[in-house]
Amino acid sequence: MAKHMQHDIDNLKAKIIAMGEAVEDRVYQATLSVINRDPVKANAVIKGDREIDDMEVEIEEDCLKILALYQPVAIDLRFIVAVLKINSDLERIGDLAVNIAERGLFLAGQDQFEIPFDLSAMVSLAEKMVTESIDALINHDVRLAHHIRAKDDTMDAMNREMYSKIKEMIITDAEQVNILMHVLSVGRHLERIADHATNIAEDVIYLVDAQIIRHTPELYDE
Amino acid sequence: MVEHSIYPENQEMVITTSQVNFFYGQTQALFGISLLIPAKQVTALIGPSGCGKSTFLRCLNRMNDTIPHGRVEGEIFINAKDIYAPGTDVVELRKEVGMVFQKSNPFPKSIFDNVAYGPRIHGEKNPKRLAEIVEQSLQQAAIWDEVKDRLHANAMGLSGGQQQRLCIARALAVGPKILLMDEPASALDPKATTRIEDLIGELRTNYTIVIVTHNMQQAARVSDYTAFFYEGQLIECDQTPKIFTNPRQKQTEDYITGRFG
Repeated sequence: MAKHMQHDIDNLKAKIIAMGEAVEDRVYQATLSVINRDPVKANAVIKGDREIDDMEVEIEEDCLKILALYQPVAIDLRFIVAVLKINSDLERIGDLAVNIAERGLFLAGQDQFEIPFDLSAMVSLAEKMVTESIDALINHDVRLAHHIRAKDDTMDAMNREMYSKIKEMIITDAEQVNILMHVLSVGRHLERIADHATNIAEDVIYLVDAQIIRHTPELYDE
Repeated sequence: MVEHSIYPENQEMVITTSQVNFFYGQTQALFGISLLIPAKQVTALIGPSGCGKSTFLRCLNRMNDTIPHGRVEGEIFINAKDIYAPGTDVVELRKEVGMVFQKSNPFPKSIFDNVAYGPRIHGEKNPKRLAEIVEQSLQQAAIWDEVKDRLHANAMGLSGGQQQRLCIARALAVGPKILLMDEPASALDPKATTRIEDLIGELRTNYTIVIVTHNMQQAARVSDYTAFFYEGQLIECDQTPKIFTNPRQKQTEDYITGRFG
C-alpha cells in the first residue's frame, strides 16, 4: 500500500508545483499588462484562468482520493492537508491575477498617466513572495517560509503608503479619480496576493514542523 | 522512557512498568520497557510482528509465567502492588487483569455457563447473584439483546463476532479493573470489528484497557494513548492524535506511514 500511496503523493506534489509555477506566471503577466499598458497580455491572463481553476479541481480530487484510499497519517497526512489549503490559496492568487489584468485592460485604454507611488516595488515584492512560497513548498524550507511571513509586513507598509498617496492625489486632482481607483485596486490585489503567499508559507511550516502558527504574530521573527 | 508530560496532570496511573526485560531462554524479547498505563483510558500497543508488544501485554497479568524458560526482569506495579513479588496470588491478579485473545475461545458450554464460569470458580454459588452477574456482563459486552432468549444454548453456535463479545463478557464477569486485549478483532469481519471497537469505547468509562493491534487505523480509532514498539524496545508513547499526526520519533513515523514494517 505504501508504494501505491507514495506514487500518488509524488504525482500530487508534481501537480501542485506545476500549479504554483503557472500561477506565478499569471501574476507576472498580469502586472506586466498594467506596467506596459498591454491589453493583449491582460486578455491572455483573463482567458487563462480556466486552466488554473481546472488544476485546482483536479488537485482537490486527488487529495480526496488519497485520503479515502490510504488514510494517510503523520507527514503524509500533513502533506495532504497542506496541499488542500495551498491549492485554494494558489487558485485565489490566480483570481487576483485576473483582477489585476482587468485593471490593466481598463488602464491601457486611458490616457498616459503617472502612477503616484512605486508600483513596481510592490509588484516585485508580491512576485518574490509567491515564487519563494513555492520554493519553500518544494524544498520543505521552513527558514524561507519564516522570511516570507516577515516580508508580509513590508508589503502591508507599502500598501498603507500607497493608500495615503492615492488619497492625496484624489484630493488634489479629482479628475483622475477613476484611474486612481483602478490603480488603488491593483495595489490592493498585490497586497492580497502577498497574504496568500504568506498563508502558503504558514502551511509549509505546518507541513514540516506540524506547528500551526497562523494568528501568532509573535512568532514572525523566528 | 517514562513520559509524565503526555498525561493530564491529575491522570491516575494503574500500571507502572519499570525497566522490564523479558527473555525466551537466551533470546531477549523486551529491552528495558518503562511505561505508564493511565486509568480508564485505552492504550494501544503497536509495532511490527516480533516487536514484543504481545510479550509485553502478557507480562501484565503474568501469562508469560507458563512459557518454559521465560524470564522477566524489572518491575511491574499494578495498583501499587508489585505483581512479580514473591507470594503474589496469580489467580487473584488475573481476576483483576482480564484478557481477551485474538481468537475467540468460548468453552463448549452454554452461553450462561461461559459467563458464570469465572464467578463460580471464585466461589459465587448464589443462583440469583450468578444470573445478575451474567446479565450485567452480557449487557456490558453489548451482546445481551442477541442472546438473552437463548442463554442455555451452546456458545459454539454463536457467530465469530458474537463469540468474541461473549469472551469479553466472560472476562468482565469476575470484575476486573483492567482488560488486556490481544488483537481482539483481527479475526472478525468489518461489521463485527466495528462492534468490538464501539464496545471498547463504551468499556473505557469503567475499565483500563490495553490493546495490541496490527491495525493501525484501529489503534487510531479506539485508543487514547499509543505506544510504538520496535525490536523489543519502546520507541515512543504519546497521545494517539499526536502519534498519528506528528510522532516525535522517525522510526514511529516510518512505521505508521508504511515505510517499513
